[in-house]
Amino acid sequence: MHIPDGFINAPTSVATAVVAAAGVALALRKAGRELDEKTAPMAGLVAAFIFAVQMLNFPVGAGTSGHLLGGSLAAVLVGPWTAVLCMSVVLITQSLLFADGGITALGSNITLMGIVTVVVGFAVFKTVVRLMPSSARSVAVGAFLAALVSVPAAAAAFVGLYEVGGTADIPLESLVAAMVGWHVLIGIGEAIITGLTVSSVLAVRPDLVHGARGLLTKGPLELRSGLSAQARS
Amino acid sequence: MGAGHGHRLHYHGHSVVHRMPAQCKIVALVLFVLAVVATPRTQYWAYAVDALVLGVAVNVSRVPPAYLGKRMLVEVPFVVFALVLPFVAVGERTELLGVTVSQQGLEAAGSLLAKATLGVVAALLLAATTEPRDIIAGLEGKLPRQLVQIMAMMVRYLDVTSDQLRRMRIARESRGFVARNPRHWPVLAQGAGAFFVRSYERGERVHLAMLSRGYTGQLPGLRTDIARPRDWAVALMVPLSASVTAASAWLIS
Repeated sequence: MHIPDGFINAPTSVATAVVAAAGVALALRKAGRELDEKTAPMAGLVAAFIFAVQMLNFPVGAGTSGHLLGGSLAAVLVGPWTAVLCMSVVLITQSLLFADGGITALGSNITLMGIVTVVVGFAVFKTVVRLMPSSARSVAVGAFLAALVSVPAAAAAFVGLYEVGGTADIPLESLVAAMVGWHVLIGIGEAIITGLTVSSVLAVRPDLVHGARGLLTKGPLELRSGLSAQARS
Repeated sequence: MGAGHGHRLHYHGHSVVHRMPAQCKIVALVLFVLAVVATPRTQYWAYAVDALVLGVAVNVSRVPPAYLGKRMLVEVPFVVFALVLPFVAVGERTELLGVTVSQQGLEAAGSLLAKATLGVVAALLLAATTEPRDIIAGLEGKLPRQLVQIMAMMVRYLDVTSDQLRRMRIARESRGFVARNPRHWPVLAQGAGAFFVRSYERGERVHLAMLSRGYTGQLPGLRTDIARPRDWAVALMVPLSASVTAASAWLIS
């Protein structure tokens, strides 16, 4: 959900723009280490992936459906710095090319959806992976928990922003209850999809999952055929 | 929200607004929206002046208002929020159509609707009168170079990747699979995973193709049109009038 213009007052919008600019500048510097001179083509294609995967509808039932936000998914798949860059590029493009999300709210949107979700998601992921035995399963569980926490965390950060620079006086408790409560539900959906997506990438190209680097040991080559292969899959 | 972002917004035309260099339009848009957001919230006449200025710009661009109107749907979730505001906000109570609502919430809802609508229409006008590649070229020099290059690559391949996603959906449906409820999510997530692998591998191929054509980590400049002082003068008239409006609204209030 993108914040439109007029939702957050001008001084707070400028402040979040400064935060977003600093975050993106740091990410640009650090992403060079994740991607080197491949940055433009690889980050560009990953951003195109995120943009498109947000259009993939996951039916919830009763005719409604939701879609991925993708912050934690990107952090686990390509690393936090590249993820911040890709999410920021997606948000800038949605704002300028599709009028989705206010121009003056761009700083807030990048801070919340580009930086908070990625940073919180990756921190949770790293903690989980460190605590659990190194296996494909714990990477998937880490991705699940990362998404589960990151969505309500972004909602909580939004409530904080709104308290500072919101344009209407809503009692803090009811805003927290509405925003965080609702986003806990969204976070569950995001977590299931993120976990499933990461584990399906792990099954075919574990080398592409940034968060699984150095964790997965190569197992012995196993030949499966006929019924046993079907039974295992 | 549930809707996708893949709709095309560009409306082909040759008006003054269409021909204006993208960088002028982007700067004008950012300044205009900033001025609108900085307007004190109960000065409703100021929004009317801003709407009038924007209306003139839309008229000059010859983009049909209905074309922009249809695309204002992105605003809908926040219209709902604005409608709820008077009931949940605190502060003095007031009567509206026989219902007691928060005075402050009502004012906030009004200004939120006005500001968000002006912002959406202004952004739509940029998107409708400017080709995506020109918008990105117009960002050169305004945003970090590498960020603009990532954006350029993304927009260049956006149609390719979203078409791939569409083909994957058609393939699923032609095998008789239509996702209806959360039990079908594993299939969709597997598709998303496969889609990531394909996008990433496409990135690797694109990178190798670029290397074979002499890519060294720097893309050539994207900008094609040069902004003349006259273009700037015309473009900046819009944010200038909005700023004057906002400033006088502050003086009056």
